[in-house]
Amino acid sequence: MKILVCISNVPDTTSKINFTDNDTKFDTNGVQFVINPNDEFGLTRAMWFKEKQGAVVHVATVGEIQVEPTMRKALAIGADEAIRVNAQPIDGFFVASQLAEVVRQGGYDLVIAGRESIDYNGGMVPGIMAELLDMSFVNTCIGLEIEGDRAKAIREIDGGKESIETSLPLVIGGQKGLVDESDLRIPNMRGIMMARQKKLTVIEPSNVSPATQDTKFEKPAPKGDVKLVDANNVEELVSLLHREAKVI
Amino acid sequence: MSVLVYTETLNGKFKKNAFEAASYAFDLAQKIGQPLVAIAFNAENCDALFNYGVSKVLHIKQENLATFNAKVYAKVISEIALSQSTSTLILSATTDAKYMGGILAAKLKAGFAPNVVAAPLSIEPLVVKRMTFSNKGFAHTRINTDFRIIGVSNNSFGLVENNVEGTVEEISADISDSDFNTRSVNVERVTGKVTIADADIVVSGGRGLKGPENWGMVEELAEVLGAATACSKPVSDMGWRSHSEHVGQTGKPVACNLYIAIGISGAIQHLAGINASKVKVVINTDPEAPFFKAADYGIVGDAFEVVPELIEKLKEFKAQNA
Ligand SMILES: Cc1cc2nc3c(=O)[nH]c(=O)nc-3n(C[C@H](O)[C@H](O)[C@H](O)COP(=O)(O)OP(=O)(O)OC[C@H]3O[C@@H](n4cnc5c(N)ncnc54)[C@H](O)[C@@H]3O)c2cc1C
Ligand SMILES: Nc1ncnc2c1ncn2[C@@H]1O[C@H](COP(=O)(O)O)[C@@H](O)[C@H]1O
Repeated sequence: MKILVCISNVPDTTSKINFTDNDTKFDTNGVQFVINPNDEFGLTRAMWFKEKQGAVVHVATVGEIQVEPTMRKALAIGADEAIRVNAQPIDGFFVASQLAEVVRQGGYDLVIAGRESIDYNGGMVPGIMAELLDMSFVNTCIGLEIEGDRAKAIREIDGGKESIETSLPLVIGGQKGLVDESDLRIPNMRGIMMARQKKLTVIEPSNVSPATQDTKFEKPAPKGDVKLVDANNVEELVSLLHREAKVI
Repeated sequence: MSVLVYTETLNGKFKKNAFEAASYAFDLAQKIGQPLVAIAFNAENCDALFNYGVSKVLHIKQENLATFNAKVYAKVISEIALSQSTSTLILSATTDAKYMGGILAAKLKAGFAPNVVAAPLSIEPLVVKRMTFSNKGFAHTRINTDFRIIGVSNNSFGLVENNVEGTVEEISADISDSDFNTRSVNVERVTGKVTIADADIVVSGGRGLKGPENWGMVEELAEVLGAATACSKPVSDMGWRSHSEHVGQTGKPVACNLYIAIGISGAIQHLAGINASKVKVVINTDPEAPFFKAADYGIVGDAFEVVPELIEKLKEFKAQNA
């Protein structure tokens, strides 16, 4: 089985978000970048397929050279090879089209992406890819087993979960639950050394027009001060929620 | 040309998100001077959509579409979009709608802007305001394509009633067995409990509650308020509560009217996931807890004293206002 894990390079979850250039660009100053958490769950599941079922695991990122440390981290965790599409990830349609081309060239049986990137929050790349490639697709995937070309998946739905049977080739949008939190791996020294030797191929993007463009960013309006209610006067909170906030 | 809105049902009833998506769609349809058409599967009360500006409902009820299937539903919706010369398709932000969003964008070669939080900033070109950076920012997104898809964030535009005269057209979809490469074999859905996705009020507990045995008061508070229960990440990691209750950046997003956080410190990853909620209340022993900076109302105090008291006072309030 040949697996491609699509990895988005995102600001660390603790990052403060600021914008520059007249609020047209994300300010990367002082920001640490990491593997998108949803993709990390997927990569960890891919490692399981590698170790238990002999899968070959590649990772792909659409991004400029600055994303390579994050890709090396994925290699240090255990991916076999990396492919970088040398382009700015302008929008979901553009990114999905580039990744679909990587999948076509590489002949992958399983494509693991995340439900959502925590920066762009598009939630669309895996779905667009699946449709462009005419592959099966399971989103918000919290469980995946594969036998031959059959797949059993569990997906989270609003208020519960759904068991799904489908076949390879398959794209999933993974999220927390796909593996246990305790299975997530921190690269060790040996992994980091080995990652330096692994193949990281850079390819040029195919010519695709983005379907959307972020023209400006803004931060949420600053919040007013919290209104404190005395612990001995809980009734006051009930009254404020009713009269002032009008939420009960 | 037309604006098409997908109106989701559960057990035959429209979800609140469906009415919100319709409200948004009507506002847009008015502004661009196009009629508003809705597509619904397995609905019992299509007329309800006339209250939100929908003047034509295309309704499909057939055996092989009784259970949601993203690829198949997306196929049906995209065919209808083409037959209705749709310019803009409006989706809500439910899990199922998000599942279809990418598929539909590819099928219709459409620019897709999800998590949209307000009426369009500009009509020509179409520019919308959408949530990004996990609620730490907003983007103004211009949609470049002829066909456009907008996903409306939960509880953002709100329900806007506009009573119009409407018609319901029963239609059938040409779906064959070969369309079902992905099959649903079992659906487990909690019944009789409000889900986080649909809740107006969410009551959430953190590590400050010390252990799973102390969740009785959280559930009681939720029951009094008709709220869903949720928790912070460590609480679900430790197995005190199920993963499905974990909210935050790596858990479920929450965009409700009232979010009550009990014994939750307010870590940045937690706040990112719940910040879209309108009113936030924190109950915490530590006045320095970061949650107080994000909250609208707060009580510095011990949850084990404050929460039972709050339940009592709410019961009295409900009794008076019943
Ligand atoms: C990559 C990443 C992603 C993450 N994603 C998420 C996420 O999606 N969601 C999430 O929640 N977290 C997430 N976290 C974890 C986050 O950083 C915090 O560790 C977590 O939110 C803390 O949970 P807590 O507030 O329940 O516990 P704590 O931080 O331990 O806070 C407990 C609070 O309870 C208060 N307290 C103690 N006793 C009482 C009492 N008797 N009455 C009232 N208050 C009391 C304390 O003062 C304290 O403020 C993530 C972390 C990382 C690194
Ligand atoms: N630039 C990128 N390179 C590789 N994969 C990406 C990129 N952007 C998004 N993805 C994948 O698509 C998923 C959903 O991203 P998004 O549609 O941006 O929310 C992510 O979790 C990744 O798996």
